[in-house]
Amino acid sequence: MAFDSFGAFLAMEGHGPYVWASYGVFFVLMAVLMVGSYRRRNAVLQSCRQPAGSRSSRAPEPDSDTAPAAAASFTRVDVSQD
Amino acid sequence: MWQFFHKLGSPKWFYGIAARLMPWLLVLGLLCLGAGLVWGLAFAPKDYLQGNSYRIIFIHVPSAFLAQSVYIMMASAAVVTLVWRMKLADVFVKAAAPVGLVLTFISLFTGAVWGKPTWGTWWIWDARLTSMLILLFLYGGVIALDRAINDEKSAARAVAILVLVGVVNIPIIKYSVDWWNTLHQPATFKLTEKPSMPAEMWVPLLLSVIGLYLLFGWLACLRMQTEILIREQRTRWVQDLFHVNGGAR
Amino acid sequence: MMIKPLDQAVGSIDAMKAVFARDMKVAFRQRQDLLNPLLFFMMVVTLFPLGVSPEISFLQEAGAGILWVAALLSVLLSLDHLFRHDFDDGTLEQLVLQPQPLFLLVLAKTMAHWVLTGLPLVLLTPVLGVMVHLDGNSIAILCLTLLIGTPVLSLIGAIGAALTLGLRSAGVLLSLLIIPLYIPVLIFGTGTVAAAAEGAPVGAYLALLGAFLVLALTLAPFASAAALKVSLSNS
Repeated sequence: MAFDSFGAFLAMEGHGPYVWASYGVFFVLMAVLMVGSYRRRNAVLQSCRQPAGSRSSRAPEPDSDTAPAAAASFTRVDVSQD
Repeated sequence: MWQFFHKLGSPKWFYGIAARLMPWLLVLGLLCLGAGLVWGLAFAPKDYLQGNSYRIIFIHVPSAFLAQSVYIMMASAAVVTLVWRMKLADVFVKAAAPVGLVLTFISLFTGAVWGKPTWGTWWIWDARLTSMLILLFLYGGVIALDRAINDEKSAARAVAILVLVGVVNIPIIKYSVDWWNTLHQPATFKLTEKPSMPAEMWVPLLLSVIGLYLLFGWLACLRMQTEILIREQRTRWVQDLFHVNGGAR
Repeated sequence: MMIKPLDQAVGSIDAMKAVFARDMKVAFRQRQDLLNPLLFFMMVVTLFPLGVSPEISFLQEAGAGILWVAALLSVLLSLDHLFRHDFDDGTLEQLVLQPQPLFLLVLAKTMAHWVLTGLPLVLLTPVLGVMVHLDGNSIAILCLTLLIGTPVLSLIGAIGAALTLGLRSAGVLLSLLIIPLYIPVLIFGTGTVAAAAEGAPVGAYLALLGAFLVLALTLAPFASAAALKVSLSNS
């Protein structure tokens, strides 16, 4: 251990706020990216699972601000090459 | 060899491979990153010049490193898109660009926060910070162009051209920013010299770089699966996915 | 306006000349479009003394940078027109169908664009240079850097214009794509003037700008031509 106590570990000799802010942003952004991608994959998987008739052909997007992009991806459904 | 190449281009084949690889990538990535970061945060000795603030290096360097290599990977995929029109390459570019953007942002943010105790200011127009900022703009441009074009094939080729134009420019931008920096700024601000780093510092750094690479692999596979599903949802093999697995949830 | 179908026998150079001459002719029929970038250039330069400081010392120091940024922005503004009209009336498709290599025709169009926007900016620079209190030597060097630099701006910009052709909000998107690529030209353009002001030799800087120009001349037309084909297949 490079630190004497847990308190010293948190304080980092006065540099604590900088270190923890950096690590915090890193963890939050990575978590958002990873969980967001995972949930979106599952949502798309879910929409593929529904029977062909009731299925909406546009991909669900979790965040509402990209809704126009989701609408635009209507035309992106393509026939497979295999 | 060509058959393998052809297979590699098949979304169906990739979907299966990715599904098998992903648990390994995730577990190993989290382990490596976790070990590297815990080691770096709690056990590595403190830097005699910068004190404990240098511990930001264990996320700053991996994210900066990865942000740059993701762009290079995207450029390689762009060549494949333009030359062989392989769909998977285009899927990769689309899946990787937002991840690259986030990583570039993380490296910029951590760099700025690191700068405050080290240089006494949140932002300096340091050569490395500035070129990372420009890299952020390049990622932003790629994503914006991809979103603006509705037709999938046109989007793929247009984005590939833009990525390639960007990658030709990256060395020029880097060189000119370095040059500009020496003109405008006295070179008093330097990050720690890397070769002089003791093993207790660079081993955890290496671990977190490897960990983040593996996590990127996981993210890329996941996002590529998503994109493939969107594109191929009407095909037989996607429908078969559910029937083989028992159909109902 | 349609172009005459160019015969297979017409050489590439003649085809380039024809495209160039046609673009000049079209541009001079809509003179307002020619004036707009120049007016914009002057207005942006005017904003700096008003917005920051009219101090002679500040203007002398920042003048070259202000003029370069203003020139860069006005080139950016004019890029939207580079292929737009031809795209709307179908001329561009005719151009793509010509037997001559497309990148040469695109190069001719880009050269016409530079003559119509970049060159007038360079000619206007001495006047604005005097207004921001640059000395004679600096103005001469500044004009020289703009003379070498603005063709690079047109050439790189043509790639962005071709990529964003026919898209919604193409103008903003074009700026997003192209500005990062303009940074090296800007750095060396203003760097040359700064070096000249300190009395340092500027030959090396001008040579580097020249290298950018050569690089852009050889590579950019290919990228623009490829991007044009993508954009045309999209519509």
